[in-house]
Amino acid sequence: MKLRPYGDTLADGKVQLSFTLPCDPDATGIEAAKQLAKAMGMIDPGVVQAEKIGEGFGFFIVYGSVPFAIDTDKIKVEDVATPTLSREEIESLIEKELGRDVVFVGASTGTDAHTVGIDAIMNMKGFAGHYGLERYKHVKAYNLGSQVANEEFVRQARRLQADVLLVSQTVTQKDIHLRNLTNLVELLEAEKLRDQVILIAGGARITHELAKELGYDAGFGPKKYAEDVASFAVLELIERKKSVK
Amino acid sequence: MNKLNLDQNVIATCRQLAMGIADDIHEFIHKHTTVSVERTVCRLLGVDGVDRFGVPIPNLIVDDIKDRGDLSRGVSVYLAAGLKATGMDLKALVKAYLQGEVQLGSDPLPSIKETLGILEPYYAATLKQIKDNRGERENRKQKYGQKPTEIYVIVATGNIHEDVIQAKAAAKAGADIIAVIRSTGQSLLDYVPYGITTEGFGGTYATQANFRLMRAALDEVAEAENRYISLVNYASGLCMPEIAAMAALERLDILLNDSMYGIIFRDINMQRTFIDQYFSRLINAYAGIIINTGEDNYLTTSDAVEEAHTVLASQFINEAFALKAHLPEQLMGLGHAFEIDPAVEDSFLLEIAQAEMAREIFPTAPLKYMPPTKHINGNIFRAYQQNTMFNLATTFTDQSIHLLGMMTEAIHTPFIADRYLAIENAKLVQRAAKSMREEICFKPGGIIESRAKSVLAKAAELLESVRKIGLFQALENGVFAGVKRPFKGGKGLEGVIAKHPQYLNVISARMEAELL
Repeated sequence: MKLRPYGDTLADGKVQLSFTLPCDPDATGIEAAKQLAKAMGMIDPGVVQAEKIGEGFGFFIVYGSVPFAIDTDKIKVEDVATPTLSREEIESLIEKELGRDVVFVGASTGTDAHTVGIDAIMNMKGFAGHYGLERYKHVKAYNLGSQVANEEFVRQARRLQADVLLVSQTVTQKDIHLRNLTNLVELLEAEKLRDQVILIAGGARITHELAKELGYDAGFGPKKYAEDVASFAVLELIERKKSVK
Repeated sequence: MNKLNLDQNVIATCRQLAMGIADDIHEFIHKHTTVSVERTVCRLLGVDGVDRFGVPIPNLIVDDIKDRGDLSRGVSVYLAAGLKATGMDLKALVKAYLQGEVQLGSDPLPSIKETLGILEPYYAATLKQIKDNRGERENRKQKYGQKPTEIYVIVATGNIHEDVIQAKAAAKAGADIIAVIRSTGQSLLDYVPYGITTEGFGGTYATQANFRLMRAALDEVAEAENRYISLVNYASGLCMPEIAAMAALERLDILLNDSMYGIIFRDINMQRTFIDQYFSRLINAYAGIIINTGEDNYLTTSDAVEEAHTVLASQFINEAFALKAHLPEQLMGLGHAFEIDPAVEDSFLLEIAQAEMAREIFPTAPLKYMPPTKHINGNIFRAYQQNTMFNLATTFTDQSIHLLGMMTEAIHTPFIADRYLAIENAKLVQRAAKSMREEICFKPGGIIESRAKSVLAKAAELLESVRKIGLFQALENGVFAGVKRPFKGGKGLEGVIAKHPQYLNVISARMEAELL
């Protein structure tokens, strides 16, 4: 299927855009904004609003259309392939297939001070009506909180004999989360722990594809809850147990 | 104003319980000092700078005395001993010390009285500078006048020069208060970085040189805008009193300074935090710096409907600790937040109840109201709507320090336009709902009144239980935000030292005497 943005008519290609230029929003500024939109491929862009937002800064809102169409048949997206089970299904799977508690150790690592993500997955209450891992039977969930150094995280993973490591990266600046995530993989490899655990990354800007690329077993972005993470982890653990046999 | 018809007896009971809780902790505080308290003494005697490896000189001196001398006496007597033995002035002594020509800790220690005399020229000079700064702030505020609700925004580029550009733009757009977010992780450093910095993560390092640059820039915009622009930083983490000292010297106006935040959210040892927070607040009281407490954080971790009473209980405790440090209510920017899930029916009414309750219970405190963050996602348009509702609650309940929500909260540190749009949003609401507070009262026995009443009652219960077991134990039990912290756990415990009977801190001795 060929896709183009939809404004109010199929395939009209309408898009909206806003940005700041380090110049006053005078006639020259507006023309600059327009040319920028054209350079991005927009046809007939209209600067619908231009405001001065401080000394020498202009904010521009632009509407226009794009001529491009995307062929969805040619898109390949890597997403977590395992199904999402309910909490009860996960609990009974652990009981039947593993016969022991599964240890999840999670943290917001590196310099990230935000716990929203890891709390949503791990804490009893969970998020948006989806209970967190602490609520699960046969799951031991250790939430180490925020700003946990990778070295400390690895140390705790070993001490607690973690089956699953959850790494959260919420708010990022200049992509430091990528460096931090990579660093953790290197540390785990150096400590010969990488193959002993299921390593999962999560966060607003994490995708499964990105996580795989960085050497993680899975990645979970927005709108993913404890059951998504637990399903993947538990099914993977069962899979690994079988392959050992 | 008593629009909520709150029971004044319950409020009085809460205050009494909170003061009892703080009294207990103060028994402990007064018997101890910490490495950061002692480093602060160095700084307020005028010791600054770093050695050739970049180690701050206050750290060098204090660590040295801790290793080779007896830090339980306090750093003051050791510096006085060095001055007396060498006959040098402090600057020369520090220089000789750095070059290894002089050792601290080998000289006979002078008495408390003698120490106070020897060090007087140094602490008198810095204390005078702090008082002058306080006077300067008051003069400027008087000249420009002050608004009842001030707009607070954050800059966080990592580069102080870039921060200056963004702060100026924000001030010109209407911001009254600028906070420079610290580089993440700074709260866990047991030293304060030095000099002008241009690289940080998620924020900019708090250094005295950066403070000075931003102060000058904001004073410049203030002149042009004919408004005082307040500067904020963070006296939290392992260097609470040192940051307070630097802020006092550079005329910062507001400091994030919670009595328990570091314990709960940064896993800093509770003994360390309580001792450090006292000295930091004493300095703030002396310098006229408004503190901001961090109760908003409870609601990002726990549920804002169920745990609302922990916010109020914590506000009472923060108030008690502030009073213990001689901070008047006018300097207590107690914190709270608009964090209820908007999917909850009547959530806006519950928010109004909480905010109005705080306003009525702490009538002259410059309350710090925090925007929604937890239930914000990448839908920037919905986030903008939530922020509008937050702004309306702020204006309607007369909050003082209004930290604006950013529509890109869940995405990245704010772009310059995000901040501009947030300020426009707040200004529009302030104008549109200017007199709403005087016009509207609450239905007796209605949702808002009942909610406030029940939160207050639950806060009283919680304070009662904390009073019984003591705050140390309550923190071990995880009363706040569901986070449990052991008495001997966390970071920074090794920096806690029991005071010698002959202990002296020349700075706190003088400040306490003057503030009493």
